[in-house]
Amino acid sequence: MSVIHPDQYTAGQLAGTIPVDRPQVIDKRAGDGTLIDDPAVRAPLVLNDRSFNDITETVCGYVEKKPGGWWWPVFGIANMLAAIGTAMIIYLLITGVGTWGLNNQVGWAWDITNFVFWIGIGHAGTLISAILCLLKQKWRTSINRAAEAMTIFAVICAGTFPAIHVGRIWFIWMVFPIPNANAIWPNFRSPLLWDVFAVSTYATVSALFWYMGMIPDFATLRDRAILRLKKNATGPMVMPFLSLRVDEVQARVYGLLSMGWRFSTRHWQNYEKAYLMLAGISTPLVLSVHSIVSFDFATSILPGWHTTIFPPYFVAGAIFGGFAMVLLLMIPARELYANMKDIITLRHLENMAKILLVTGMMVGFAYAMEFFMAWYSGNAFEADVFVYNRLLPPFLAQVGADGQLKYAPYWWAYWSMIFCNVVTPQVFWMRRFRTSPFWIFVVAFFVTIGMWFERFVIIVTSLHRAFLPGEWGMFFPTWVDILTFAGTVGIFLTLFLLFLRFLPAFAMSEIKNVMPQASPHKH
Amino acid sequence: MANKKKQTVYRTTAGETVYGVMAEFATPADLYHAAEKVRDAGYKAWDVYSPFPVHGMEEAMGLPHTKLPLLTGIVGLTGAGLGLLLQYFVTHLAYPMVVQGKPMFAWEPWTPVTFEIGVLFTAFCALLGMFAFNRLPMWYHPLMKKERFLRVSDDRFVICIESKDAKFDPQATRAMLESVGGKHIELVEE
Repeated sequence: MSVIHPDQYTAGQLAGTIPVDRPQVIDKRAGDGTLIDDPAVRAPLVLNDRSFNDITETVCGYVEKKPGGWWWPVFGIANMLAAIGTAMIIYLLITGVGTWGLNNQVGWAWDITNFVFWIGIGHAGTLISAILCLLKQKWRTSINRAAEAMTIFAVICAGTFPAIHVGRIWFIWMVFPIPNANAIWPNFRSPLLWDVFAVSTYATVSALFWYMGMIPDFATLRDRAILRLKKNATGPMVMPFLSLRVDEVQARVYGLLSMGWRFSTRHWQNYEKAYLMLAGISTPLVLSVHSIVSFDFATSILPGWHTTIFPPYFVAGAIFGGFAMVLLLMIPARELYANMKDIITLRHLENMAKILLVTGMMVGFAYAMEFFMAWYSGNAFEADVFVYNRLLPPFLAQVGADGQLKYAPYWWAYWSMIFCNVVTPQVFWMRRFRTSPFWIFVVAFFVTIGMWFERFVIIVTSLHRAFLPGEWGMFFPTWVDILTFAGTVGIFLTLFLLFLRFLPAFAMSEIKNVMPQASPHKH
Repeated sequence: MANKKKQTVYRTTAGETVYGVMAEFATPADLYHAAEKVRDAGYKAWDVYSPFPVHGMEEAMGLPHTKLPLLTGIVGLTGAGLGLLLQYFVTHLAYPMVVQGKPMFAWEPWTPVTFEIGVLFTAFCALLGMFAFNRLPMWYHPLMKKERFLRVSDDRFVICIESKDAKFDPQATRAMLESVGGKHIELVEE
């Protein structure tokens, strides 16, 4: 290259064909450079002047290179937990639901708590990919893929519980409208059946959305494997005794999954429309799913469940818990993987911390509103559930009409929930906390625990003391309860680690599209 | 249609059928302006390849709007209708049973399932319709043999004019691509 026009030089730099000299002047108050408060300056979505090629190399590197030394130990532990969980499920199916701590009064406990907990976590993925897409929030592109993956794995964990809690799982087909010899059909007036349709539709649509987003990235991985094969045919082997190269397997598997995608504009046109439609249809879907989950409770007459606030309250809680889980997974990942901090910037974390704060306030408002309605409705049973089942700790016990001390046996669960979900996110009012990955991680951890307690409080405290004191009882989990839940955590982590290892963890084509040099009007 | 004229089959000296001519561009801006010129030159059978959908490229190429949303809308509503019918059949005809004294036919409790089935059909139609409109899966394509083309999935931008276009001429098309700023112009064989 002898003489080069200045425009060509800039263009080359923007396209990444000419290296950029990178003067880095970072304002300390701006963290890594993205925490700018000046409304006239748009914070960069990708740091360090990355070129398109840098993004491809970074993201494909997570799949193509060997992971760090941490991967096998973490994967081993996750796998072990998953194996324990599977063993517990098998034990349950062989023995019966009596292995759980369920009793006459508390017929739903950890099983349904875990179901609602996991399905709630699953909502963040669709929220990020669908609702933020419709709102044209460009920062979503760096977290949407991982969040969608997390959604699907959380829904897998969630779906396990209603399936196994029926006891005789070999009759599970009865929830589907299938012609059968008994001439029995499911009852479409029951919210439990709506739940079957909502959750299975949600799982299917999320998987389609996730897969569709990955098609161009699969094609990128395919093309890179083919180029490596063309350059030299002596890459590493899959197994020493198999005459199969890793690159060949990658070219074939990613090639098959990419459906022969070739980045044509005529294809992109249909693709973008289809993506937009999936986003548009997933938005009401995600809101409907947790609303329908809440109908399982709200349509019953049990005090503590029979509430019209449940659908919006559950949806807000789902977004809250889901974002906490995204943060729990992505904060360690961005420390462990090379260059991930360029893609997930401090501003991304700060944005998510703000969402935690907002949704935390929403659930806090819902908790308060439940008390208001218990008082305002004048329903003695409703008030009793809230005050004597949940609120009063033993040291504030009141003497009842029968001379006995009255206090809430599950006060510790209720106050853990309030502390984790309402109190801890308040630290995000302070900039120092919401821009520190460490503190965001700590709060996200508390929120995850708090959201589990929320479901436990709703389900168990409402069930354990219903209308007649004669049917009151307590719930105590058995070791099977505890290990089954730990097992689903293992299944979830195993699947997520496999995702980071083998699938494109970031939407490369979408990230490239929001980089400044992607604009056709930039010279 | 411009492509009514009898198709000329071009062959290389090695006897291979020519698929088209491809040219590479450095930036989305170059690609965009080149696409406008190719469109204005009257080509019909051509395509632009970029690692991400370049904003406004449909207009630069002069592509008509896609019918996919219309199809998806129709299929989604059909799905919702089928969902309603299913519930009517089950609740009213196959297994009529009075629950809580409610009427046999009531659309209110059927709303959630109707909605969910409608969503399911819409999602499948959006994805499968996208494949059908794009004629995918297509695991073989002449362009895929080109090493330069495989870099489109990373950071390159390519325009390919196909030989089946009525205005295609090996020399003239190559010259035109060169004049709009294309680099590394190559002949693509079937």
